[in-house]
Amino acid sequence: MLYREAGQFRSSYAEDQQIFPIRQDRIGIALLLVVAFIVVPLVGNQYWLSAILTPFLILALAALGLNILTGYAGQLSLGTAAFMAVGAFMAYNFVLRMPWLGAIPSFILAGLCAAAVGFVFGLPSLRIKGFYLAVATLACQFFVLWVIQRWGWITNYSTSGVITAQTIVLFGYPIATPAAKYLFTLSIVAVLALAAKNLMRSETGRAFMAVRDMDVAASVIGIPMMKTKLLAFAISSFYCGVAGALYTYTYLGTVEPEAFTLDLSFRVLFMIIIGGIGSILGSFLGAAFITLFPIFLNVFSGWLSHLTGQDISHAVISNLEVIIFGGLIIFFLIVEPNGLARLWQIAKEKLRLWPFPH
Amino acid sequence: MDFIFFLEVLAGGLLAGVMYALVALGFVLIYKASGVFNFAQGAMVFFAALTYASLLKLGMPWWGALVATLAVMVVLGVAIERVVLRPLVNQPPITLFMATIGLTFVLEGLSQLVWGTQPHNLELGVSDVPMESLSRATGINISQFELFAAGVAGILVAVLAVFFQYTRVGRALRAVADDHQAALAVGIPLQHIWAIVWAVAGFVALVAGLLWGARTGVQYALTFIALKALPVLILGGFESILGAIVGGLIIGATEKLAEVYLGPMVGGGIESWFAYVVALLFLLVRPEGLFGEKHIDRV
Repeated sequence: MLYREAGQFRSSYAEDQQIFPIRQDRIGIALLLVVAFIVVPLVGNQYWLSAILTPFLILALAALGLNILTGYAGQLSLGTAAFMAVGAFMAYNFVLRMPWLGAIPSFILAGLCAAAVGFVFGLPSLRIKGFYLAVATLACQFFVLWVIQRWGWITNYSTSGVITAQTIVLFGYPIATPAAKYLFTLSIVAVLALAAKNLMRSETGRAFMAVRDMDVAASVIGIPMMKTKLLAFAISSFYCGVAGALYTYTYLGTVEPEAFTLDLSFRVLFMIIIGGIGSILGSFLGAAFITLFPIFLNVFSGWLSHLTGQDISHAVISNLEVIIFGGLIIFFLIVEPNGLARLWQIAKEKLRLWPFPH
Repeated sequence: MDFIFFLEVLAGGLLAGVMYALVALGFVLIYKASGVFNFAQGAMVFFAALTYASLLKLGMPWWGALVATLAVMVVLGVAIERVVLRPLVNQPPITLFMATIGLTFVLEGLSQLVWGTQPHNLELGVSDVPMESLSRATGINISQFELFAAGVAGILVAVLAVFFQYTRVGRALRAVADDHQAALAVGIPLQHIWAIVWAVAGFVALVAGLLWGARTGVQYALTFIALKALPVLILGGFESILGAIVGGLIIGATEKLAEVYLGPMVGGGIESWFAYVVALLFLLVRPEGLFGEKHIDRV
């Protein structure tokens, strides 16, 4: 009743090819943006803004980057955190050494540096496929962190490798409060998500998907394998790099190379698996799930110990958390291997026919 | 003297490589039979070692603990097949890979929940000291323990080879590895076979866990040895037991040599990534690893 496209006629090619062809979707997205940009900063308290929403957005951006590579172009990568680390530390250096550049250009340059690293570590993908490639990307993960730890210039010769993010100033306005940081992150994420959504509808995006579905067939119909795969690595790493820069500047503040371990790569990978492989929306849903789940579990175990009147030791809780986390991932894979985005799609299809499904 | 030092480093590297190969073997077994890249192998090694060490601490004799741990690993293998793999039949490989990462979390949490987070020492009765007769005869110091580990690995591979070559179950395993559908068609029960493979992988994990546990102590860091085994795996090829051994030897030797001769030049600490780069360079020449099966892509 509420959600159907009956009566919405498209009379030009431009209308037919627009990004959200159904009016209700356009209204929904507009509402979502209004809520995210105006309502949330007004009503959200400091804890929600700086400890939940900002990291959620940043991780969603990283998941988006990985989804471009793994979900759309079909190249499994376990080096996401390394690309984030490149973005984080290069952004620090650009802001530090070229302060006249401004924050946004520095972040873009940092993203481009990450893209260059991604390009280099994407080269083996021309020869190696599948799990061999996945393991090969681990080389990137360990090598990049090693370089950051060894090469003093990158961390500005700080003895422990820890860097402290400078306060960034945008149009003369310092990004210092949680609300400002949230809005800054949200703007960048929104723009990049829109770009990704559009990219995947373009020739490049379709080439990615052709390579994913069957690379031999794709090259037979004339899709340049080298260009497509390397472009996928570069774009994906760019997104991850920007996410890494934001991770430093709007979320953590101080960062050491150990913040970008394999664990983070796996977390981002879980996000796209749970959210939905090959889906922009899925990256956000997955990031929301992975960010919120530990918090929920913490609150829940608090209730539980309150209810039973017993103190559950911290070690038990953290182990239980790990078990439930792993169990849920298996559960999700069994129940809905296409992720949360698929659930949303099913809900939309049901909604179209509601309330008369026959 | 320099040459003797080189030999020592080389031998140490080769023997360390055997230790990696032990872990890689578990990966190969499961990949061969079910096409699953089992990331949880490291967690299984940790789980086995921790169970054995904890049972010993509870006062069990060593053979009792060994049998009990083996039983636990077999039950675990069967349970994994039943709970995780069976519902995921016919899913793409990446989904199965992700499921084993989930399994890694469950196993890590479970083992620490049941046995506590305390690190344990493990004594196998062979100490990590240079073998005296050898060092007196040739002047080369080689750890007694590492030779013992190499011997165990050799026996294990021989046992596995006999098992695969001459037993009914072993033949069925090879048939499944070759072609799932054809194996099903001639009446091999796929599900039983997978349960057996996971149980065997559990046994290999136990052996690897005992040796590694005796070497480094039974602690959480044991789960990371899976990461050490991965370059071995891609170098040797996912499908080859021989590949796991040869890959382990190559990785172990080059890693140690690089650490000693190349490490000081670039500031040390290169062991975290050097093995991966070696494996990567090998892969550029042979994308399926040294002994992996060549895949022919057809449209």
